[in-house]
Amino acid sequence: MIDKIVFNVIQVMVVMAFAPLVKGTLARLKENVQSKRGPSIFQPYRDIWKLFHKDEVVSGESSWIFRFTPYIVFVTPIFVALLIPVLTGYPLFFAFMGDMLGGGFILALGGFFATLAAIDTGNPYGPMGASRTRMVGFLAEPVFMIVFFTVSFVAGSTIPYIVHKYWVTPLANFFEPSHVLLMLSFLMLIIAETGRIPVDNPSGHFELAMIDESKGLEYSGRGAALMKWGGSMKFFILCCIFLNVLVAPWGLAQTEHLWDVLLSIPLILVKIFLFLLVMVVIESSLAKLRLFRITEFLGAAFATAVAAMITKLLLM
Amino acid sequence: MFDPATITTTLAKLNALAGGLFLLTAFALVATRQVLACLRIYIAQSVLLALSAVFLGTLHGSVHLFFVAAITLASKSILIPRTLRRTVGQDIYARREISQILNVPMSLLIAVAIAFVAYAVATPLLTFSVDPYESINLPIGIAGLFLGAYTICVRREAIPQLIGILAMENGAFFAGVSIAPGLPLIAELAAAFDVMIIALVMGLLTRKIHEYMGTTTVGEMTSLREE
Repeated sequence: MIDKIVFNVIQVMVVMAFAPLVKGTLARLKENVQSKRGPSIFQPYRDIWKLFHKDEVVSGESSWIFRFTPYIVFVTPIFVALLIPVLTGYPLFFAFMGDMLGGGFILALGGFFATLAAIDTGNPYGPMGASRTRMVGFLAEPVFMIVFFTVSFVAGSTIPYIVHKYWVTPLANFFEPSHVLLMLSFLMLIIAETGRIPVDNPSGHFELAMIDESKGLEYSGRGAALMKWGGSMKFFILCCIFLNVLVAPWGLAQTEHLWDVLLSIPLILVKIFLFLLVMVVIESSLAKLRLFRITEFLGAAFATAVAAMITKLLLM
Repeated sequence: MFDPATITTTLAKLNALAGGLFLLTAFALVATRQVLACLRIYIAQSVLLALSAVFLGTLHGSVHLFFVAAITLASKSILIPRTLRRTVGQDIYARREISQILNVPMSLLIAVAIAFVAYAVATPLLTFSVDPYESINLPIGIAGLFLGAYTICVRREAIPQLIGILAMENGAFFAGVSIAPGLPLIAELAAAFDVMIIALVMGLLTRKIHEYMGTTTVGEMTSLREE
């Protein structure tokens, strides 16, 4: 019992500690592909450290939502980290507190408050980014629903720890069409949700074209640090859900020894690194879509998810 | 690890996977804007069809389906695309946007609905089948057939319409390899040859249209003209 609580805490620490590293590695790899040297992979840590030591400026026109939001954005991925398999293949202490739908709601809560805070200050770019994020969000919602329903329909459960066992026992289940199509559709969903390239350019600094980034423009000091850290943790969490629940549930700790759990930390980092390579290929070979083409991108994700469901129905 | 039962289930799953991806390519044909991408998706679809034939051939232990796969690969993924690219001018393929009657998200939603219709049509037929692999190949083949027909309806350009016809044929074949694994080879050969000729004739026709009209947007040619 105590073990499982300790492991759960370790899991959260891993998410907190390595999330900026993942962001930094992705940025570095993207620059390397464009034959530039790029910033150090530890740059996000330095940014966060610097921001924590700066003064915070808060607009006098803003309400409590603006001050409160960085904490919510920072805390919601931590809550989700308690629920999903990051290091262990067996459920930990808090695993049954919520299922995948619960995790989705908690992440959506952070997004909701970030949207409200963007509108709160009256900065003209904030509401624009906020409304665009909502547009992407509501288009992604049906895809998320179909993916979630199909996953729970196929595996017979909504707890991620049970789902990820289903895909590899026996190994033939890995090649199930619904599984492969779900992976594709979830990958498109991650790209849309975290604002990566075909949908949004994370490194763009042109306010009129921003979707995700413009929501945090008004933050400074500690607020900005928490927003940045929270955003990178959300990306880390989504990677973990994608890799550990859907794609490659291998390399997770199966026993309750401390060493086994610690050994799975480098393994998950290696898996995320491989995933980042795929992301870099996607991001470097595609152009950003026009705003109203995003419906087509997510429409394709929806069709893929439905195809997954149909093939599952056929195999019943 | 490698006992026959495991291999059978894995092959069945791989066949189902080929089916799922086949359905995906059928959706993609409806939604893609570029002419050249349409052709590439068609090639991918034909390769998936051949793969399904190989998996089913291994499962049934029939050499026959391997020949089908070989014919499909040779004709549909190499010869037909080549014929089309030779007969039709390059400038058509360079074109990026295809005008569609409905916008892409809308036609994707309709395509999804059509896939469900195909499922509903195929389910009653499956009650008579004894072959477990038909339950994946027949509905997806019918869906491929319907979605090909839908592609013809919704596209205005000549080449994607032609690819729609070829995709319909692919759908029929996809159902065929599971329903009639013992179809005589001569029938398969004749069908493949027919499709080749269709592609050639329609490619040449498209070229002529392009020469006379300067466009291949056949959806906008609504009236006859006397010369």
